Amino acid sequence: MAQQADIQITDTEINVGSKEGARAKAKRSLPAQLIYFLRRWPLIPLIIMIVLVITGIFAPQISPADPIEQSLSFRNFPPTWGAARPEFNTAPNPADYDLTITKEKSAFNRANKTTFPRSKYVLGADNLGRDVLSRVIHGARVSLKVTAYALTSGIIIGSLMGIAAGYFGGWTDEILMRFVDIFLALPFILIALVIAQLFLTSGGAAEGVVILLIALVAWTPFVRQVRADVLTIRGQEYVQAAKISGASHIRIVLKHILPGTFSTILVVASLRVGQLILTESTLSFLGAGIPDPIPAWGKSVADGRQFIEEAWWISFWPGFAIFLVVMALNFFGDWLRDRLDPRLRQLD
Amino acid sequence: MRRFIIRRFVFSLVSIVVATMAVFLLSRASGDPLLLYATSGYGLTAESEAALRKRLALDRPVPVQYALWLGRTLKGDMGETIRDRKPVARVVLQRLPATLHLGATAFILSFVVGIPLGILSAVKRGSIWDYLGRFFALLGQAVPQFWLGLVLIMLFAVKWQIFPAGLKGDNFWDVKFLVLPTITLASGGFAFYMRITRTAMLEVLDSEYVRLARAKGVGNNKVIWKHAFKNALIQPLTGMTLGLTFFLTGSVLVEKIFAWPGMGEMAIVAVNNNDFPVLQGVVFFFTILFVGMTFITDLLYAFIDPRIRYE
Repeated sequence: MAQQADIQITDTEINVGSKEGARAKAKRSLPAQLIYFLRRWPLIPLIIMIVLVITGIFAPQISPADPIEQSLSFRNFPPTWGAARPEFNTAPNPADYDLTITKEKSAFNRANKTTFPRSKYVLGADNLGRDVLSRVIHGARVSLKVTAYALTSGIIIGSLMGIAAGYFGGWTDEILMRFVDIFLALPFILIALVIAQLFLTSGGAAEGVVILLIALVAWTPFVRQVRADVLTIRGQEYVQAAKISGASHIRIVLKHILPGTFSTILVVASLRVGQLILTESTLSFLGAGIPDPIPAWGKSVADGRQFIEEAWWISFWPGFAIFLVVMALNFFGDWLRDRLDPRLRQLD
Repeated sequence: MRRFIIRRFVFSLVSIVVATMAVFLLSRASGDPLLLYATSGYGLTAESEAALRKRLALDRPVPVQYALWLGRTLKGDMGETIRDRKPVARVVLQRLPATLHLGATAFILSFVVGIPLGILSAVKRGSIWDYLGRFFALLGQAVPQFWLGLVLIMLFAVKWQIFPAGLKGDNFWDVKFLVLPTITLASGGFAFYMRITRTAMLEVLDSEYVRLARAKGVGNNKVIWKHAFKNALIQPLTGMTLGLTFFLTGSVLVEKIFAWPGMGEMAIVAVNNNDFPVLQGVVFFFTILFVGMTFITDLLYAFIDPRIRYE
């Protein structure tokens, strides 16, 4: 298909998709150039990822309100969609607004909307009157933290096992790989729920336990892919030469084998992050995640579940944040894989 | 071939034992299970406590307890639920059809939508179909199922009131209850099959024998359907195992969101009540389902693709 298309290129016809298209770049219109650029570089995912990291790190500075502070007169308060203006960053006095919680007036008298500080509750308030936007921003921090710890430990454990299995072969390989197989056959979500139940505090398990649970999901693909890499590298002549010249196992692994697996580890990790964030939010949704005052995304979605008829924004925004972030990470992972290691396509 | 089958079979059995053992040990670690049956505060004497402990075999070491459980389970007796003293096997088996019903529908939907879309986007690579298909696959992979379910309820059940927000219909063909849970559950699987089919199809279309067929002047349709399609199907068919995890973990979530009366929903209730006999039973059936399907796909793999070595 692609070959046919390439042949057809003439002076007037520009094939955007092929490599030859790059030469004709100068002739393209501005929007076409933009599309071309966005296809070549993962700009939008990168922006989302950078925003995630920045909001994660600077959550207390960025968020307009305290994510935990409740104000019960603003329960299920609808979004004001206003720009954040610092002069209004004080809690509005409920007495100034007609906030009788009746069905008809739905907590907010629209006549007073013009005088209401619009920066308050930009994305609405949840069932306890907490600011949804602030909770989403702080949720980024939680996700980032749990995923970072879990992924790091997953990379270390998984890669070590992969190297051991690939390098030593034989029984070590057999035992380690069967262990991975059995692990993958376990109904993880149920086991995670049971483990979380053991360390239950209100609304979730202790943070360390959650990190441990996510780490339990993280490590398996690293074992398989690193092992496959090591098997190829082990057969290379330079490794044989090192062995003959009397290098120790540790030296061979560290100096000759490990560097060769870096790109694989990077690609697998980037493809794995999104899944880990999804798993983390799933656990919090089921009440087995981060405990209560800390605003995790999955838990916020669960909180809003029973108010879905009158206050959709409680569940919608945290879930949308998960969706956006995971999508950006997956997109970036795909791009990285195609760049560094197209061989890993099977990983889908 | 026979050795291969035996090996896979033994492996399947080991998986089931490990999974149930893990849950058994974990539920024992969460405290004295006797307290779930009776508390001494309510006039339980030391003698009757000892008698109860003996009746439930809780005076034996934990490994022995597990062995006893396994032995009885194989005979079909999985003990009683803690809450209402019903036989676990019956309670769990009552829920099994609902889970299978939802799982199978979602599985078929994701297969039927994912594979043609994967082929379409591979064959028309670089076209608008390719981009649309890949875009939807990306959406499906990234969307949290619990959130998608809620959004669907928000739109179709609360706002437009087309489909019910939850529960299961009275009979098998009560489709309107099935629509939203199926879409939710199929979202991840569909994306998985679409991507895997697309990759496989692209690889096959690039292979030498397809080029030869083209060079000989075979028509485009014939190349795709007669030469490429069959080989491209091996990947998604054998990838079924991986896809199954979506449906099993997904069913726990989806059943909770839509109050679908299946095993997953029951498992969550059991976890919250620490009703470990029920949990044990659910894990047992879940693992059997998963391992059984893996076993079948392994055999299928060997059957479809003769190139596989039975080592």
